[in-house]
Amino acid sequence: MEVPRHWRLQKQRYGLVGEICPHCDAKIFPARDVCPECGGEAKEPFRFSGRGEVYSYTVMNNAPAGFERNTPYTVALVKLAEGPTVTAQLTDLGSQPVKIGMPVEMVTRRIKEDGDERGMLIYGYKFRPVMGS
Amino acid sequence: MNPESNSLLLKPNRPVGIVGYGAYVPQYRLPATEVARMWGGSDEGLPIKEKSVPGLDEDTVTMSIEAARNALARSALDPRKLRAVWVGSESHPYAVKPSSTIVAEAIGTAPNIQAADMEFACKAGTEAMVMAIALVGSGMGDYALAVGADTAQGKPGDALEYTAAAGAAAFILGPAEESLVEIISTYSFVTDTPDFWRRAYQHYPEHGQRFTGEPAYFKHVSTAAKTMMEASGTTAADYAYAVFHQPNTKFPQRVAKQLGFSAEQIKTGLLAPMIGNTYAAASPIGLTAVLDEAKAGDRILVVSYGSGAGSDALDLRVTDRLEKYRSLATSTAQYIARRVEIDYATYVRYRGKIAMR
Repeated sequence: MEVPRHWRLQKQRYGLVGEICPHCDAKIFPARDVCPECGGEAKEPFRFSGRGEVYSYTVMNNAPAGFERNTPYTVALVKLAEGPTVTAQLTDLGSQPVKIGMPVEMVTRRIKEDGDERGMLIYGYKFRPVMGS
Repeated sequence: MNPESNSLLLKPNRPVGIVGYGAYVPQYRLPATEVARMWGGSDEGLPIKEKSVPGLDEDTVTMSIEAARNALARSALDPRKLRAVWVGSESHPYAVKPSSTIVAEAIGTAPNIQAADMEFACKAGTEAMVMAIALVGSGMGDYALAVGADTAQGKPGDALEYTAAAGAAAFILGPAEESLVEIISTYSFVTDTPDFWRRAYQHYPEHGQRFTGEPAYFKHVSTAAKTMMEASGTTAADYAYAVFHQPNTKFPQRVAKQLGFSAEQIKTGLLAPMIGNTYAAASPIGLTAVLDEAKAGDRILVVSYGSGAGSDALDLRVTDRLEKYRSLATSTAQYIARRVEIDYATYVRYRGKIAMR
């Protein structure tokens, strides 16, 4: 059971909420309260647009604990429109091949359950091909 | 107009309207012919063409979040102004722990909200809407979010397996002067009719076969619609569009005809042939499809149906703001066009029907 850890990360995981630096305007994800660009204090919450593109990706056939039922699935480094790069699963790919540079958008999905079917459900961001593109 | 029947209509003290709306439909589709192939059914007279199926990472919460984000986009509202988040469904992912708090956190409301999950089979979504109308209409709060969403389960081989589908629709109710659609009135007709149920700890629902028709669906939908129109002094001809709960293709077509509505009036909101019965989202999502094309001044009748049993009728009028705001989010037609066909085996995997231990 890791309830407090998941609860602490909810805001950033559900809605892609990071921070914005009041000194140099850098957008920060995940939140770390200190700007990685200028070193100043940065505590102002910032909700990312969810738009980005695939920087790189891999297909998981041997999944870590908690993800076995979803194999095969794709994990990508997604470069967000506002700057930072995040690691996340891609979803709703269907038969669509993944390409580097592919535009994607954030959706909130069920990531896994904590332990077994009695554990809490963990939701968080994934990315899918931009709809209508 | 008969003053006694007019008093049956629910009308808020303060004029209320829909200030934002949004839909969501998962991309997978299971053709009805696949269910027929598996269970020896005939390819003739299938209840729908195909139904939507949620992916492995989707449930009532995730679908509600996306529909709510679409509603927020169309309302251009700061989510911190919402004073209520109500999610209606018969497939809440937890038996105990609200879906509504997860949805509220994900869309970024302030903690200053009412939140709860509604359950009334397929009418939980419209019940949430009526509650939101009451909250705003009484002046207790300015904005409230009502969602209807389901990932419906049908027992393998049962008639419901053809149609039990997944989808969500969300509406933000607010002051009429800011609205895309004005609420004229609502009316609900509810009795204790045991046509469909699922007992605690059971995975699949039971239903009363043909009993789900005349004494259940048809009685409640037509009584709700007739009472509303009689009390409002309207006839079918006054409505540009009508949306009826759609457990299959035939029921809404038949009840529409009985009530004097043409095929043309129900065409836009009749999505069951393409996505199946999305339960608590069924008539609400039909309404979103109508709002994607309706014109200012159009009057719309929506009648839901929930087993157990009851119907909510909503009498609506489109304002001149709809046209400007509807393009701010993905349309219902775009979600329906996003389509990945799957076979029965994939469906069984995605719906968790394989016991892994």
